[in-house]
Amino acid sequence: MAAVSQLQRQFIEYTTSLYNEGYLDDQFTQLQKLQDESNPEFVVEVVSLFFEDSEKLLNNLATALQQKIVDYKQVDSHVHQFKGSSSSIGAQRVTNVCVHFRNYCEEKNLDGCLRCLQQVKHEYILVRNKLEALFRLEQQILQAGGSIPMME
Amino acid sequence: MMPGSSGGSWKSSGTGGAGGDGGVPDQFPAGLRVLVVDDDSTCLMILEKMLRHCKYEVTKCNRAEVALSFLRENKNGFDVVISDVHMPDMDGFKLLEHIGLEMDLPVIMMSADDSKSVVMKGVTHGACDYLIKPVRIEALRNIWQHVVRKRKHEWKDFDPSASADEQKQPEEPDYSSSANEGNNWKNTKRRKDEDDEADERDESSSLKKPRVVWSVELHQQFVAAVNQLGIDKAVPKKILELMNVPGLTRENVASHLQKYRLYLRRLSGSQHPGGMNAGFMGSDAGYGSISSLNGLDLQALAASGQLGQLPPQSLATLQAAALGRSNNAKSTISVPVIDQRNLFSFENPKSRYPEVQSQHLTSNNSSKQINLLPGIPTNMEPKQFVSLHQSGHHSFGGMNNLVLIQMGGQSQVHVHSQNQTQSQAQSNVNTHNVLRQPVMSNEMLTRGGVADMAPTAVYNPVVSVSQASSLVNFSMNHKTDSCGTSYPLGGSLGISSLPTASSALQGDGNLDTKVSRKGIVPSYDIFNDLNQNRDWGLPDVGLTFDQSPHTIQSGLDGSNPLLHQHNRASGRDLGGHNRNLTSGKVVLPPGVETRTRHNGSNVGQPRNVYVKTENDIDGSCHNTLYSEQYGQDDLLAAILKQQQQQQGVGEPENEFVFDGYTLDDLPV
Repeated sequence: MAAVSQLQRQFIEYTTSLYNEGYLDDQFTQLQKLQDESNPEFVVEVVSLFFEDSEKLLNNLATALQQKIVDYKQVDSHVHQFKGSSSSIGAQRVTNVCVHFRNYCEEKNLDGCLRCLQQVKHEYILVRNKLEALFRLEQQILQAGGSIPMME
Repeated sequence: MMPGSSGGSWKSSGTGGAGGDGGVPDQFPAGLRVLVVDDDSTCLMILEKMLRHCKYEVTKCNRAEVALSFLRENKNGFDVVISDVHMPDMDGFKLLEHIGLEMDLPVIMMSADDSKSVVMKGVTHGACDYLIKPVRIEALRNIWQHVVRKRKHEWKDFDPSASADEQKQPEEPDYSSSANEGNNWKNTKRRKDEDDEADERDESSSLKKPRVVWSVELHQQFVAAVNQLGIDKAVPKKILELMNVPGLTRENVASHLQKYRLYLRRLSGSQHPGGMNAGFMGSDAGYGSISSLNGLDLQALAASGQLGQLPPQSLATLQAAALGRSNNAKSTISVPVIDQRNLFSFENPKSRYPEVQSQHLTSNNSSKQINLLPGIPTNMEPKQFVSLHQSGHHSFGGMNNLVLIQMGGQSQVHVHSQNQTQSQAQSNVNTHNVLRQPVMSNEMLTRGGVADMAPTAVYNPVVSVSQASSLVNFSMNHKTDSCGTSYPLGGSLGISSLPTASSALQGDGNLDTKVSRKGIVPSYDIFNDLNQNRDWGLPDVGLTFDQSPHTIQSGLDGSNPLLHQHNRASGRDLGGHNRNLTSGKVVLPPGVETRTRHNGSNVGQPRNVYVKTENDIDGSCHNTLYSEQYGQDDLLAAILKQQQQQQGVGEPENEFVFDGYTLDDLPV
């Protein structure tokens, strides 16, 4: 049990830090609350879906911004979608970058857009890593026979 | 825990569909059948989960087209729709419109975009709510209220007598009380259960009236009925009677009418009604298929009430004309040409113009000049006219001519050309009513010019002018960009008048004489209007038209006094311009001037046109209608004729805007 409680403590600390550092926000908590016995993998499923969609979006964005003549409307539409999905799962930092990204799109500022693309990619990778770590922790707890602590 | 509602209405969920929940009220709003549409699969999944958590029945789809077919196939299979705004295959608002029209379901819009404009769009398109992403479950818990609210309204309409006791419940269903007979929800459900237990159709339900699907044909019938009645007088009861569709209820018509009005309003407000077309009843809808924006605009205009008395036939005519013409937004005014004669007959000129105007306006604000007179180059710059005019005798601002032509165009022809004071057409001077191209933009060339024409003579020539003047007025008003409306009418008028004027003017001499304007009196009214700050909206336009009868009477001889007048109105130095003409009459009352200036807004003031063309045109008012260029002589002639017939008109009714204006004011 010690292992479990230790893992659980780790889990709590890690999660707290993610919230504190802005990687996750309350929306993520909402998702966790939606998870129940009827669908115990809900959060993992949703987040995985998010990862898939995001990677596609990022590729599309890169392609769109590499065009000779950039279609900012298209770029904006991708970013808008990214903003929507990231905010739905609570990936706050990603969402924030998207906001700036949209502004650059509106201004048709290619430089700004390219920078934002880098930034959003970066944030996305960060949050993906963090969530994957979190899920691993959860698995460990469950395997150790423990239960996942509910975050407030 | 999803109530095993039998696909029917909500009720099933309550009726213990889910194994023994006797307390139906407790279940409410469980079982609400929600269709959620979002192209983002992450969001879709989350929403579905949340909705299920609220105990709703959820169907999700990520494409709007798919959603629509779901809805169409299961007419009564859903209670509420939640849709994202930005979707690749179809705009969320478009979907919203389709659903509202075809199925009349409450639709909730959703987006990560929380800008006011988008939310407002949701409101105007009829969404019953707008959620900002990320959507929280709490926000979803309450969506049932939209369903109940809608049903309550429908039900009330449907069966007013029964509404008394049952109705009052809706606001807060008293779920806890199972004995709550008054609970609308419960009652309804119970009744429904009793009446049609397993009845998928909700036809017999007193609460849930049958959903009417507004097919294209049905909608066309509806539109025809509305047009026949006149948008102002189109009340559901009458529409229903006209449509004579069995099974259609007044409530169905009422709610559809509401949507239709919204739609029209949007049309009139948007630059491109065309887009709306497609949206309204689907691109295939008869209505929507009115290729020409004109048609739509007309409708919109009608709807907006501007037409007021638009006689159905005029509308139809215009529409037909509009349809006949190319749809491009820009030339909407072309239609007016067709109706010029009608207009001149003054059946209801007012109404006509509004239509035109709106069309014009809506179609494109750009300075499109309604080139009513095909031959007339619509884009003549004012300067050109001026020069034209100048070359001629421009004793007068020669505005009139310009004005006439202007009518069509919103062109910003600032009245400078007008300065020419078309009034000169007054014939006295060389009233060349230069029928310039409607270059006169808002300033309604005529206005300025016309005013100067002080002498009624101006009108005479205008008779055609008067017609033209009315036309001119229009032209004046428009400020191409904003007033659009006013212009179109004017434009058309102008044009029509042009022909006559041209013919009349052509002679240069004739005009003068004819100017007998008895009718001119009305022209003065124009000035009144000018003074008064009328709103240069459509109504004015229409007015001018009417006025024209008066003025025109003399038959186009004069260069459109109106034109001149307008020119005046344009504010240019009214006095200055047409001075010649009116022997100083230019009088466009200062007020007029100002008015015209303000074309920006309601340029449509026909007022200017009215410059009393009384016949001051006698002078040789050569309205140098540049009509020659236009070759619209016959048109003008026709107009004149009409005018003459209308002579009896006498005082311009105030309906037009001239109420305050009395001819007397115009120094003849």
